[in-house]
Amino acid sequence: MPYLDFLTTYSDRFLDGTLITLGQFGLAVLVAIIAALISGLMKMSHSKTVRATATVYIELFRGTSLLVQLYWFYFVLPLFGFTLEKFTAGFVTVGLCYGAYGAELVRGSIQSVPKGQWEAALALNMSPAARMRRIILPQALVTILPPWGNLMVEILKGTALVALISVADLMFETRQINNNTYLSAQAFGTALVIYYIFARFMVTPVMRWLERVMARKIGRM
Amino acid sequence: MLDWKLDFTWEILPRLIAAAGNTLVAAGGGYLVAVVLGLVFALAQRTPSRTLTFIVRELVEFVRSTPLLLQIFFIYYVGPQFGLRLSPWAAGLIAIGLHYAAYLSEVYRGGIENVPKGQWEAARAINLSTVQTYRRIIIPQALPPALAGMGNYLVGILKDTPMLSVIGVAELMHTANSIGADNFRYLEPYTIVGLIFLAISLPTAWLIRRFDKALRRKMGLTR
Amino acid sequence: MKYDMSDYPLKLEGDNVPMVRFQNVTKKYGQLTVLDGLNLDVAEGEMVTIIGPSGSGKTTVLRMLMTLETIDSGVIYVDGEPLTHMEKNGRLVRASAAHLRKIRSKIGMCFQHFNLFPHMTALGNCMEGPIQVLGLSKEKAEKRALELLDMVGMAEKRDQHPSRLSGGQQQRVAIARALAMRPKVMLFDEVTSALDPEVISEVTSVIRSLVDQHNLTMLMVTHQIGFAREISDRICFFFAGQIEEQGAPKILLDSPQNDRTQQFLSAVLDAN
Ligand SMILES: Nc1ncnc2c1ncn2[C@@H]1O[C@H](COP(=O)(O)OP(=O)(O)O)[C@@H](O)[C@H]1O
Ligand SMILES: [Mg+2]
Repeated sequence: MPYLDFLTTYSDRFLDGTLITLGQFGLAVLVAIIAALISGLMKMSHSKTVRATATVYIELFRGTSLLVQLYWFYFVLPLFGFTLEKFTAGFVTVGLCYGAYGAELVRGSIQSVPKGQWEAALALNMSPAARMRRIILPQALVTILPPWGNLMVEILKGTALVALISVADLMFETRQINNNTYLSAQAFGTALVIYYIFARFMVTPVMRWLERVMARKIGRM
Repeated sequence: MLDWKLDFTWEILPRLIAAAGNTLVAAGGGYLVAVVLGLVFALAQRTPSRTLTFIVRELVEFVRSTPLLLQIFFIYYVGPQFGLRLSPWAAGLIAIGLHYAAYLSEVYRGGIENVPKGQWEAARAINLSTVQTYRRIIIPQALPPALAGMGNYLVGILKDTPMLSVIGVAELMHTANSIGADNFRYLEPYTIVGLIFLAISLPTAWLIRRFDKALRRKMGLTR
Repeated sequence: MKYDMSDYPLKLEGDNVPMVRFQNVTKKYGQLTVLDGLNLDVAEGEMVTIIGPSGSGKTTVLRMLMTLETIDSGVIYVDGEPLTHMEKNGRLVRASAAHLRKIRSKIGMCFQHFNLFPHMTALGNCMEGPIQVLGLSKEKAEKRALELLDMVGMAEKRDQHPSRLSGGQQQRVAIARALAMRPKVMLFDEVTSALDPEVISEVTSVIRSLVDQHNLTMLMVTHQIGFAREISDRICFFFAGQIEEQGAPKILLDSPQNDRTQQFLSAVLDAN
């Protein structure tokens, strides 16, 4: 079968899979941002218990494999009485896994804000919450964006694993096509190109653009 | 609700521990491929040939931007289509090695670019050949700062080996899957696999951090 | 650390209540005693300048008053009320965060390195505190900020970010930002030390006009002896965490009694 025929025959399935992958990606990014922000801030708390809680989360997820986590969330968690639908189990696990990596980025970026900024905010008598929200986080955002862009690509790649708990994403559809046709080079090759286009020509440029916007906002340009 | 079966745990533990050996072999083998291939990628991008630099640069970007799982399938299934049959182990090690070679090449590149320009000029001044310059002057200086990054990717590879289960490499995940399917019990095998990974990767990561700190102190880079 | 609090009044009352009082204040960093039983009163509307060699504890005095540092013993009073402590059941105890916030509202500070917020314009810097802390409306805060930017000669640069401003300009915005909070006490920590020589006068003339036109209480650390002589009501010479000598500018600068003061002054004057 010529490649063009292959593409027209299976374009619907590639498209369906791609949409699911994008959905998984968007939701996983959201979960990762929330988890990274909360646990990154908790790591800087004065309370030892709060810090320890964050450390346990971070080390658990960074110390094990995403695939192990996925299977565990999908197959074992129901035994504890939490049954997650596979779509949900997919993006939640991917998000939590990369959120643990993001936590260190959050902490590092906050610590990179010069001490004088905290002090100036305190001298204006701002409350701790206002200092964080108005002064520190906006500046931390500028330093966290470049490494966060790399993390976004990792999250996109990580979503491919949800196929192994039967979420019908791009990876899953591609495997099905391969199983039906044995046209492995065409099937997997097409999927590789789709992932590549998203990572290289969508995620990365959007992050670069965000970096520029934020840098301009902070007046560093 | 939850009932952890101890006798079942004892029954499956030896199999899982044996499989953990395979996981370590896979990680070690993949890493070896990555370390060597990564160096090739890094050096290829420093040759005078612009075409070669461009091709390798794009290849590295491509490999880094696409899922390892997909690369594993690609390498395993595409060969037979063209009459080249790879064993699961061979395909797995090539895939994982290639993937991490892309990351390691960036680590090497960073290390090499950090060596001051004056070192190249001094090497030229005593008339060392390019190969001698790399071997005797540049790599010894580029390596120590790159070691922490290299160590982190070793842990990374270890944690990615479960993906090899999809093409039938009998590492931890694969073994846990078949135990689960045979007994209809997933709690113990998957939990134990998680614990084994923690038991390997946490101490390794800790050692790498300590090693990096000691190295920095030794090289006077302490912060 | 425990020490007898009965020597310290719950409130300063009577006729001549100072705007700021350090009573027997000690500050340590680990083993190092930076300030040793400091006693210092600053009257309302007074301009007190602190001079002294590097490391003598000048900055620490201002930072303790701004509550950027805690103290190890003693009490600091502001406007008659304890700052570092508060009254509880008729005794002084460590100040709570809420108490610190209440008293701190009377104090403003300008830093050696300006510490302007880089992600806000000059105007935004000056409106931030009034809106977030004082709860002013946007219009009111903007009006106040513009008046102050005008006073420091920075009205034209209101929409510029700090990275687009020179050091002297940044420091003038920082002064406006602090004044926008309407403090009773202003602290200046070597506000001209990070500036190129030719722009120092931009900043000193702003401070001079503050002295002339407002009844602010000010505490200033500087190495510019000439400037200190012109505008101070009193100069304190610090040495090794203690006030070695103090007095009116003329007396302290022209006829210092203490050997160390003499040495310091001749070294500084030689350097200029
Ligand atoms: N955060 C700190 N930790 C330890 N020592 C400090 C700290 N801040 C200041 N010091 C020490 O306290 C002493 C007084 O510092 P400072 O008040 O900044 O002096 P000055 O402003 O007169 O130069 C110095 O010896 C300084 O090294
Ligand atoms: Mg100082």
